[in-house]
Amino acid sequence: MSTLEFRNVSKEYRVRGASKLKAVDDVSFSLEPGKTIALVGQSGSGKSTIAKMLVQLERPTSGEILLDGKPVPRFGRGLRDYRRHVQMVFQDPFASLNPFHPVEHHLERPLLLHKRSTRANLDAEIEQLLTRVQLTPASEMRSRKPHELSGGQRQRVAIARALAPKPSVLIADEPVSMLDVSIRLGVLNLLGDLQREENLGVLYITHDLATARHFSDEIMVLYKGVVVESGPADDVILNPQHDYTKRLRDASPNPESQFATP
Amino acid sequence: MTDDTLLSIRDYNIVYETERPVHAVRDVNLKLQRGEILGLAGESGCGKTTLAYGINRLLRPPAVIRTGSAILHDKGGYDIDINALKVKELREYRWDKVSMVFQGAMNALNPVISIEKQLGDIFSTHRPQMSKADRREESAGLLDLIGVGRDRLRSFPHELSGGMRQRVMIAMALALKPQLMIMDEPTTALDVLVQRDILQEISELRSQFGFSVIFITHDLPLLLEISDRIAVMLQGEIVELGTAERIFRRPDHVYTERLLQSFPSLTGERGGFIRSGNDETRTKDEAIV
Repeated sequence: MSTLEFRNVSKEYRVRGASKLKAVDDVSFSLEPGKTIALVGQSGSGKSTIAKMLVQLERPTSGEILLDGKPVPRFGRGLRDYRRHVQMVFQDPFASLNPFHPVEHHLERPLLLHKRSTRANLDAEIEQLLTRVQLTPASEMRSRKPHELSGGQRQRVAIARALAPKPSVLIADEPVSMLDVSIRLGVLNLLGDLQREENLGVLYITHDLATARHFSDEIMVLYKGVVVESGPADDVILNPQHDYTKRLRDASPNPESQFATP
Repeated sequence: MTDDTLLSIRDYNIVYETERPVHAVRDVNLKLQRGEILGLAGESGCGKTTLAYGINRLLRPPAVIRTGSAILHDKGGYDIDINALKVKELREYRWDKVSMVFQGAMNALNPVISIEKQLGDIFSTHRPQMSKADRREESAGLLDLIGVGRDRLRSFPHELSGGMRQRVMIAMALALKPQLMIMDEPTTALDVLVQRDILQEISELRSQFGFSVIFITHDLPLLLEISDRIAVMLQGEIVELGTAERIFRRPDHVYTERLLQSFPSLTGERGGFIRSGNDETRTKDEAIV
């Protein structure tokens, strides 16, 4: 299992008219196997920019991303190998699956591409992945098209796809914000179970402090591209040090404190 | 409940008359008080939005109001039978009496028309006697009121942030001082800080103008905080209706309990849920079937 490290990473975007926009400013953290870090902050705080850099959809302006101490290769086989280790689940399961292809196609591609399965073994591997994300009966689900699935089922397919190359790090960018409340918890619990079974390092990006606390060991609070506070989940939520963390917490609906008076 | 009832809905049924008819709203009975914020909760497809559209008479075929009545008790002292309204009366009813902030409101503004023109449209349609200068002044006042500021009058939607566009939609809904505002997931796409600001705005405006609100969302913790009463919908039926506090403390219906249990608690015990699940027997997975 591998450790993913972010060392003094910054990302600047050039904005027309204005000068440069620093989306991520000198951020460092390390994601170890078996650990979940939640990244919280409001829209535009740089959460998704960090995720994009982690999966190499963007390159840092400065700083380094290291996998097991080695910098990420920029191209070729090395980059593919990096991608095998670091996989992502996207926010919108309605946009992240190809509507023309059945479920099995989405799992077949990563399995073959990353040589996780031979053609002969493909069927068994696909059904095993589907079973792991509780899309059963797998033999029936595999031939469904995305439009025949609910939002929660689609997100399970997306999770299965991310698991296909047997990654060591999983980035989940708001994995449940597009889903119905009543099924959110099921998907999060699934992610939690998989994380424990596979000993994954998980980066859980969200603006929901309650689930961040619930499913993570640590929380990092991002504000205007800067990590303003980080620490064990309970400490950050129950005893926030930074003003911004306090504002976030006070803005989150919390019926328990509202009705706390006897 | 006598004088202060604003809206009475009785035995309301809406059916989508498709090949296999879908009974989207089932025997709904509801009384809304003047000045009340009623939360309407439930998951996708439970009929929340269909009910709201019914109250606005916005349903199109194949949706049909099968039976039942919806009566608005106007503050002028007369009753309006919403189902019986004809085209011309509908124009006087909609937006003037009942307005709506639509789901995905952020994207509901016309991208090629300025904010001023879009707000002005409301007045030129519903208050044709108003002069152009008055329309501008009213629109500017509305933008001030909801905290966008009158200097944004000339802006186009893409020049505003998501939160600001949402506020503009709320300004539109407020324009004619309606007695009821229906808000369909007005803050779902926004982050918590912007959401908090807008909720504060809504409750201040309510105390200022005294309108009632039907607030539709599936975010139960949010509803518990802002609503006076909450109605929980399941498969077209209102399965539970009560004050926010009662729903929080003693939900009657199993489904309400399940909904509450699908929200992790923010500051309670780690691993606990909003309805801190006193029955330990229920595991997490069962809670969200």
